[in-house]
Amino acid sequence: MLPSALTDTWPWYVAGPLIGLFVPLLQLLGGKQLGLSGNLRHLCAALLPRRPAFLRYDWKSTGVWNLLFAFGTAIGGWIGIHLLGTGEIALSPTAQTALHQLGLTDLSGLVPRELFSWPALLTLRGFVSVVVGGFLVGFGAAYAGGCTSSHAISGLSNFQLRSLLAVLGFFAGGLFATHLLLPLLF
Amino acid sequence: MNNRPAPAPAPAIDILLGVLFGIILTKAEVISWFRIQEMFRFEAFHMFGIIGSAIAVAAVSRRLLPPPPAPTLCGEPTPTADASADDQTGRGTRFWLGGAIFGLGWALTGACPGPLFILIGGGISVMVVALASALAGTWAYGYLRSRLPH
Repeated sequence: MLPSALTDTWPWYVAGPLIGLFVPLLQLLGGKQLGLSGNLRHLCAALLPRRPAFLRYDWKSTGVWNLLFAFGTAIGGWIGIHLLGTGEIALSPTAQTALHQLGLTDLSGLVPRELFSWPALLTLRGFVSVVVGGFLVGFGAAYAGGCTSSHAISGLSNFQLRSLLAVLGFFAGGLFATHLLLPLLF
Repeated sequence: MNNRPAPAPAPAIDILLGVLFGIILTKAEVISWFRIQEMFRFEAFHMFGIIGSAIAVAAVSRRLLPPPPAPTLCGEPTPTADASADDQTGRGTRFWLGGAIFGLGWALTGACPGPLFILIGGGISVMVVALASALAGTWAYGYLRSRLPH
């Protein structure tokens, strides 16, 4: 049996510093910058037809390591869920109440099945969560030139003003969606 | 991005680092829609603790490491791994406006780009649609780029 410290939810003071260490680790291993959103651009450049100029560049020289990293994270997700037993999320009771009020009945699992399942795609709230949300993530990350890992962690730790603007934007958009859009859509 | 010659390709190391990153994000439940909702509702410290301590550790590490080569003036080096920051910097509109659009999507899907890959690997197969949609979003930005304020 695996020790419960491994299979329970990892506390923030363990996970956060470990995530932070990827910044120096990647820098030492060839001056790479932590960031996952570049992969969306690389995948577009590699796969999609009729590419605008933004997506016509040598993705193989800049993006292969990052695509491999992303591939690794998918394996890590499989290990984390299936071998290290992520079961239920220890959500705060107030958050549970708020989500019930929003109309979600099933708060089990890693993500709500009422939103993130194939049948739910045909519901308004499922479609908005998966398709509209995904589109905005891809559009916004490309527009802002980075995502949570690249702007919030890489950029803020390097005291970049542009990253501070981006992170303030992340939270403005997230708060708007959470408190104004979700009650309308759900 | 910098002047240092690229080291010998080490795909196995890139994948291995990704695996570790994926396990950490999964076990800390950063990839959970529930946790993202909890964060945007300010109902737990968990996500703020993770992001804050990650930034702190990264910032201290940067101090301890030798500075990266090719320093530039005025904080201009690209902070992002994606090549999009190397162009169109303008007035900075792209950062807050693009960030706000990203934030809308982050709250709706409960996943930023990293967790999209992780959730697919973890077996939440419908997230393939979210990833495809994110690619469409990136493509759409590329298409509209010259008409957007940056």
